[in-house]
Amino acid sequence: MRPEILNRGYGAGTKLLFALVRVFAGHPLPDAAKLVFYRPAFYGSRAKDFTHEAMRGPSAWSVADRELMAAYVSQANQCAFCVGAHTATAGQAYQDSAKVQAVLADLDSAPIEEGLRTTLRMLGKLTREGTVSAEDMRQVMSAGISRQQVEDALAVCAAFNITDRLADAFSFELLSQQDFEAGAKYLLKRGYR
Amino acid sequence: MRDEDNKLAAYRDLVDRILNGEGRSSPEQRAGAFTGSPIGPPPLDVLTGKVATRPAQVTDADFAAAQAAGFSEDQLFELVICAAVGQSDRMYEAGLAALDEATVNGEADDAT
Repeated sequence: MRPEILNRGYGAGTKLLFALVRVFAGHPLPDAAKLVFYRPAFYGSRAKDFTHEAMRGPSAWSVADRELMAAYVSQANQCAFCVGAHTATAGQAYQDSAKVQAVLADLDSAPIEEGLRTTLRMLGKLTREGTVSAEDMRQVMSAGISRQQVEDALAVCAAFNITDRLADAFSFELLSQQDFEAGAKYLLKRGYR
Repeated sequence: MRDEDNKLAAYRDLVDRILNGEGRSSPEQRAGAFTGSPIGPPPLDVLTGKVATRPAQVTDADFAAAQAAGFSEDQLFELVICAAVGQSDRMYEAGLAALDEATVNGEADDAT
Protein backbone atom coordinates (compact mmCIF):
# COMPACT_ATOMS: atom_id res chain seq x y z
CA MET A 1 0.00 0.00 0.00
CA ARG A 2 0.97 3.64 -0.22
CA PRO A 3 1.83 5.88 1.46
CA GLU A 4 4.31 3.88 3.54
CA ILE A 5 2.59 4.56 6.88
CA LEU A 6 -0.21 2.22 5.72
CA ASN A 7 2.34 -0.61 5.68
CA ARG A 8 4.34 0.27 8.79
CA GLY A 9 2.48 2.82 10.86
CA TYR A 10 0.48 0.53 13.14
CA GLY A 11 0.72 0.15 16.90
CA ALA A 12 2.28 -2.90 18.56
CA GLY A 13 -1.06 -4.56 19.30
CA THR A 14 -2.25 -4.20 15.73
CA LYS A 15 1.06 -5.51 14.38
CA LEU A 16 0.69 -8.55 16.63
CA LEU A 17 -2.85 -9.09 15.32
CA PHE A 18 -1.57 -8.92 11.73
CA ALA A 19 1.13 -11.45 12.56
CA LEU A 20 -1.38 -13.81 14.17
CA VAL A 21 -3.63 -13.65 11.11
CA ARG A 22 -0.62 -14.46 8.92
CA VAL A 23 0.20 -17.50 11.03
CA PHE A 24 -3.27 -18.89 11.61
CA ALA A 25 -4.96 -17.99 8.30
CA GLY A 26 -1.88 -18.80 6.27
CA HIS A 27 -1.98 -15.52 4.38
CA PRO A 28 -1.56 -11.84 5.24
CA LEU A 29 -4.58 -9.74 6.09
CA PRO A 30 -5.84 -8.13 2.85
CA ASP A 31 -5.05 -4.43 2.48
CA ALA A 32 -8.78 -3.58 2.61
CA ALA A 33 -8.85 -5.01 6.13
CA LYS A 34 -5.54 -3.42 7.18
CA LEU A 35 -6.61 0.05 6.11
CA VAL A 36 -9.39 0.26 8.68
CA PHE A 37 -6.84 -0.43 11.44
CA TYR A 38 -4.83 2.64 10.54
CA ARG A 39 -5.85 5.50 12.86
CA PRO A 40 -9.32 3.95 13.15
CA ALA A 41 -10.70 6.97 14.99
CA PHE A 42 -10.27 9.02 11.81
CA TYR A 43 -11.85 6.70 9.24
CA GLY A 44 -11.82 2.97 9.96
CA SER A 45 -14.28 2.69 12.85
CA ARG A 46 -17.06 4.66 11.22
CA ALA A 47 -16.32 3.28 7.77
CA LYS A 48 -16.76 -0.24 9.15
CA ASP A 49 -20.02 0.71 10.86
CA PHE A 50 -21.46 2.25 7.71
CA THR A 51 -20.30 -0.53 5.40
CA HIS A 52 -21.59 -3.22 7.73
CA GLU A 53 -24.96 -1.48 8.04
CA ALA A 54 -25.23 -1.12 4.24
CA MET A 55 -24.10 -4.69 3.48
CA ARG A 56 -25.49 -6.67 6.42
CA GLY A 57 -28.07 -4.44 8.10
CA PRO A 58 -31.83 -4.99 7.73
CA SER A 59 -32.92 -4.81 4.07
CA ALA A 60 -35.33 -6.42 1.64
CA TRP A 61 -32.23 -7.11 -0.49
CA SER A 62 -30.43 -10.33 0.30
CA VAL A 63 -26.78 -10.30 1.33
CA ALA A 64 -26.03 -11.93 -2.04
CA ASP A 65 -27.84 -9.16 -3.95
CA ARG A 66 -25.91 -6.50 -2.03
CA GLU A 67 -22.58 -8.22 -2.66
CA LEU A 68 -23.50 -8.35 -6.35
CA MET A 69 -24.22 -4.60 -6.26
CA ALA A 70 -20.79 -4.08 -4.67
CA ALA A 71 -19.14 -6.08 -7.44
CA TYR A 72 -21.12 -4.27 -10.13
CA VAL A 73 -20.34 -0.77 -8.79
CA SER A 74 -16.68 -1.79 -8.45
CA GLN A 75 -16.66 -2.94 -12.06
CA ALA A 76 -18.10 0.43 -13.14
CA ASN A 77 -15.20 2.02 -11.23
CA GLN A 78 -12.72 -0.41 -12.84
CA CYS A 79 -11.44 -1.30 -9.39
CA ALA A 80 -9.77 -4.69 -9.80
CA PHE A 81 -9.31 -5.41 -6.08
CA CYS A 82 -12.96 -4.81 -5.17
CA VAL A 83 -14.30 -6.58 -8.26
CA GLY A 84 -12.26 -9.63 -7.26
CA ALA A 85 -13.30 -9.51 -3.61
CA HIS A 86 -17.02 -8.97 -4.16
CA THR A 87 -17.37 -11.23 -7.20
CA ALA A 88 -16.10 -14.01 -4.95
CA THR A 89 -18.36 -12.98 -2.06
CA ALA A 90 -21.49 -12.68 -4.22
CA GLY A 91 -20.71 -16.01 -5.89
CA GLN A 92 -20.47 -17.76 -2.53
CA ALA A 93 -23.54 -16.00 -1.15
CA TYR A 94 -25.68 -17.07 -4.14
CA GLN A 95 -23.85 -20.41 -4.33
CA ASP A 96 -23.80 -19.57 -8.03
CA SER A 97 -20.67 -17.88 -9.33
CA ALA A 98 -21.84 -18.30 -12.94
CA LYS A 99 -24.75 -15.96 -12.24
CA VAL A 100 -22.39 -13.28 -10.91
CA GLN A 101 -20.06 -13.68 -13.88
CA ALA A 102 -23.04 -13.38 -16.24
CA VAL A 103 -24.11 -10.08 -14.63
CA LEU A 104 -20.62 -8.63 -14.93
CA ALA A 105 -20.28 -9.82 -18.53
CA ASP A 106 -23.67 -8.61 -19.79
CA LEU A 107 -26.27 -7.20 -17.43
CA ASP A 108 -29.03 -7.19 -20.07
CA SER A 109 -28.92 -10.93 -20.71
CA ALA A 110 -27.98 -12.17 -17.22
CA PRO A 111 -30.40 -14.60 -15.53
CA ILE A 112 -31.60 -12.34 -12.70
CA GLU A 113 -34.90 -10.76 -11.74
CA GLU A 114 -35.93 -7.59 -13.53
CA GLY A 115 -36.02 -5.50 -10.35
CA LEU A 116 -32.42 -6.32 -9.52
CA ARG A 117 -31.40 -5.75 -13.14
CA THR A 118 -32.88 -2.23 -13.34
CA THR A 119 -31.41 -1.41 -9.91
CA LEU A 120 -27.94 -2.47 -11.03
CA ARG A 121 -28.35 -0.47 -14.24
CA MET A 122 -29.24 2.63 -12.22
CA LEU A 123 -26.27 2.13 -9.85
CA GLY A 124 -23.93 1.69 -12.81
CA LYS A 125 -25.15 4.91 -14.40
CA LEU A 126 -24.84 6.82 -11.12
CA THR A 127 -21.30 5.54 -10.64
CA ARG A 128 -20.11 6.22 -14.19
CA GLU A 129 -21.90 9.52 -14.83
CA GLY A 130 -22.14 10.90 -11.29
CA THR A 131 -25.88 11.42 -11.48
CA VAL A 132 -29.23 9.77 -12.27
CA SER A 133 -32.64 11.18 -13.14
CA ALA A 134 -36.06 10.81 -11.55
CA GLU A 135 -37.00 8.83 -14.67
CA ASP A 136 -34.24 6.31 -13.91
CA MET A 137 -35.72 5.92 -10.43
CA ARG A 138 -39.25 5.51 -11.78
CA GLN A 139 -38.01 2.71 -14.02
CA VAL A 140 -36.52 0.95 -11.02
CA MET A 141 -39.70 1.28 -8.99
CA SER A 142 -41.92 0.25 -11.91
CA ALA A 143 -39.98 -3.05 -11.84
CA GLY A 144 -41.38 -3.63 -8.35
CA ILE A 145 -38.58 -2.17 -6.24
CA SER A 146 -39.68 -0.19 -3.18
CA ARG A 147 -38.42 3.23 -2.20
CA GLN A 148 -36.64 1.72 0.80
CA GLN A 149 -34.91 -0.80 -1.44
CA VAL A 150 -33.64 2.03 -3.64
CA GLU A 151 -32.31 3.81 -0.55
CA ASP A 152 -30.63 0.60 0.57
CA ALA A 153 -29.05 0.13 -2.86
CA LEU A 154 -27.79 3.73 -2.82
CA ALA A 155 -26.11 3.05 0.54
CA VAL A 156 -24.28 0.03 -0.93
CA CYS A 157 -23.30 2.17 -3.90
CA ALA A 158 -21.93 4.92 -1.63
CA ALA A 159 -19.95 2.46 0.48
CA PHE A 160 -18.26 1.05 -2.61
CA ASN A 161 -17.71 4.34 -4.36
CA ILE A 162 -15.66 5.20 -1.29
CA THR A 163 -13.87 1.87 -0.95
CA ASP A 164 -13.12 1.54 -4.68
CA ARG A 165 -11.45 4.96 -4.70
CA LEU A 166 -9.37 4.15 -1.64
CA ALA A 167 -8.38 0.74 -3.04
CA ASP A 168 -6.91 2.40 -6.13
CA ALA A 169 -5.51 5.51 -4.44
CA PHE A 170 -3.81 3.50 -1.67
CA SER A 171 -2.92 0.73 -4.14
CA PHE A 172 -4.36 -2.35 -2.44
CA GLU A 173 -2.41 -5.42 -3.48
CA LEU A 174 -4.43 -7.87 -5.57
CA LEU A 175 -5.02 -11.31 -4.08
CA SER A 176 -4.93 -14.74 -5.67
CA GLN A 177 -8.32 -16.24 -6.51
CA GLN A 178 -7.86 -18.60 -3.58
CA ASP A 179 -7.28 -15.71 -1.18
CA PHE A 180 -10.25 -13.76 -2.57
CA GLU A 181 -12.39 -16.84 -1.87
CA ALA A 182 -11.00 -17.08 1.67
CA GLY A 183 -11.76 -13.39 2.22
CA ALA A 184 -15.28 -13.90 0.87
CA LYS A 185 -15.88 -16.70 3.34
CA TYR A 186 -14.81 -14.40 6.15
CA LEU A 187 -17.04 -11.54 4.95
CA LEU A 188 -20.06 -13.85 4.82
CA LYS A 189 -19.37 -15.21 8.26
CA ARG A 190 -18.38 -12.01 10.07
CA GLY A 191 -19.43 -9.08 7.93
CA TYR A 192 -17.55 -5.80 7.82
CA ARG A 193 -17.25 -4.86 11.49
CA MET B 1 -38.57 7.91 7.42
CA ARG B 2 -35.19 8.76 6.02
CA ASP B 3 -34.09 10.56 9.17
CA GLU B 4 -34.29 7.29 11.05
CA ASP B 5 -32.44 5.25 8.45
CA ASN B 6 -29.51 3.58 10.23
CA LYS B 7 -27.49 3.38 7.04
CA LEU B 8 -27.77 7.07 6.37
CA ALA B 9 -27.10 7.89 10.03
CA ALA B 10 -23.91 5.78 10.02
CA TYR B 11 -22.89 7.44 6.78
CA ARG B 12 -23.45 10.95 8.11
CA ASP B 13 -21.37 10.06 11.21
CA LEU B 14 -18.49 9.10 8.93
CA VAL B 15 -18.72 12.33 6.92
CA ASP B 16 -18.94 14.46 10.06
CA ARG B 17 -15.92 12.75 11.62
CA ILE B 18 -13.57 13.10 8.68
CA LEU B 19 -14.54 16.74 8.07
CA ASN B 20 -14.86 18.06 11.60
CA GLY B 21 -13.02 15.70 13.93
CA GLU B 22 -9.41 15.79 15.09
CA GLY B 23 -6.88 15.45 12.29
CA ARG B 24 -3.39 16.32 11.09
CA SER B 25 -4.72 18.37 8.18
CA SER B 26 -6.85 21.46 8.75
CA PRO B 27 -10.64 21.38 8.51
CA GLU B 28 -10.31 23.82 5.59
CA GLN B 29 -8.00 21.44 3.73
CA ARG B 30 -10.31 18.52 4.40
CA ALA B 31 -13.35 20.49 3.25
CA GLY B 32 -11.53 21.47 0.06
CA ALA B 33 -10.56 17.87 -0.72
CA PHE B 34 -14.12 16.74 0.05
CA THR B 35 -15.83 19.31 -2.18
CA GLY B 36 -13.22 19.18 -4.93
CA SER B 37 -12.33 22.86 -4.59
CA PRO B 38 -8.67 23.61 -5.32
CA ILE B 39 -6.91 24.14 -2.01
CA GLY B 40 -3.38 24.10 -3.37
CA PRO B 41 -0.55 23.56 -3.78
CA PRO B 42 -1.13 22.11 -7.26
CA PRO B 43 0.36 18.63 -6.58
CA LEU B 44 -2.19 18.15 -3.80
CA ASP B 45 -5.05 19.20 -6.06
CA VAL B 46 -3.84 16.77 -8.73
CA LEU B 47 -3.82 13.92 -6.23
CA THR B 48 -7.22 14.63 -4.68
CA GLY B 49 -8.73 15.36 -8.12
CA LYS B 50 -7.57 11.96 -9.39
CA VAL B 51 -8.93 10.21 -6.30
CA ALA B 52 -12.34 11.76 -6.97
CA THR B 53 -12.68 11.22 -10.70
CA ARG B 54 -10.05 8.76 -11.98
CA PRO B 55 -8.64 6.88 -9.00
CA ALA B 56 -7.15 4.09 -11.10
CA GLN B 57 -4.70 6.67 -12.45
CA VAL B 58 -3.23 7.65 -9.08
CA THR B 59 0.50 6.86 -9.01
CA ASP B 60 3.35 6.74 -6.52
CA ALA B 61 4.63 9.90 -8.20
CA ASP B 62 1.41 11.74 -7.30
CA PHE B 63 2.00 10.94 -3.62
CA ALA B 64 5.69 11.87 -3.90
CA ALA B 65 4.84 15.22 -5.49
CA ALA B 66 2.29 16.05 -2.80
CA GLN B 67 4.81 15.13 -0.08
CA ALA B 68 7.46 17.27 -1.76
CA ALA B 69 4.95 20.13 -1.63
CA GLY B 70 4.93 19.85 2.16
CA PHE B 71 2.26 17.33 3.13
CA SER B 72 2.99 14.48 5.52
CA GLU B 73 1.83 10.93 4.83
CA ASP B 74 -0.76 11.28 7.59
CA GLN B 75 -2.13 14.44 6.05
CA LEU B 76 -2.35 12.76 2.66
CA PHE B 77 -4.07 9.76 4.25
CA GLU B 78 -6.75 12.13 5.52
CA LEU B 79 -7.10 14.22 2.40
CA VAL B 80 -7.32 11.20 0.08
CA ILE B 81 -10.12 9.84 2.27
CA CYS B 82 -11.91 13.19 2.18
CA ALA B 83 -11.66 13.31 -1.62
CA ALA B 84 -13.02 9.75 -1.96
CA VAL B 85 -15.90 10.29 0.45
CA GLY B 86 -16.70 13.69 -1.07
CA GLN B 87 -17.11 12.33 -4.59
CA SER B 88 -19.22 9.46 -3.25
CA ASP B 89 -21.26 11.94 -1.26
CA ARG B 90 -22.21 13.91 -4.39
CA MET B 91 -23.40 10.71 -6.04
CA TYR B 92 -25.29 9.55 -2.96
CA GLU B 93 -27.07 12.91 -2.67
CA ALA B 94 -27.83 12.94 -6.43
CA GLY B 95 -29.38 9.48 -6.12
CA LEU B 96 -31.48 10.43 -3.10
CA ALA B 97 -32.62 13.66 -4.80
CA ALA B 98 -33.69 11.75 -7.93
CA LEU B 99 -35.54 9.30 -5.72
CA ASP B 100 -37.31 12.14 -3.91
CA GLU B 101 -38.34 13.67 -7.21
CA ALA B 102 -39.60 10.32 -8.51
CA THR B 103 -41.64 9.57 -5.43
CA VAL B 104 -43.19 13.01 -5.09
CA ASN B 105 -44.38 13.24 -8.68
CA GLY B 106 -44.68 9.60 -9.66
CA GLU B 107 -47.19 6.88 -9.00
CA ALA B 108 -44.69 5.23 -6.70
CA ASP B 109 -45.18 8.01 -4.16
CA ASP B 110 -45.77 6.33 -0.83
CA ALA B 111 -46.52 9.63 0.93
CA THR B 112 -44.56 8.71 4.04
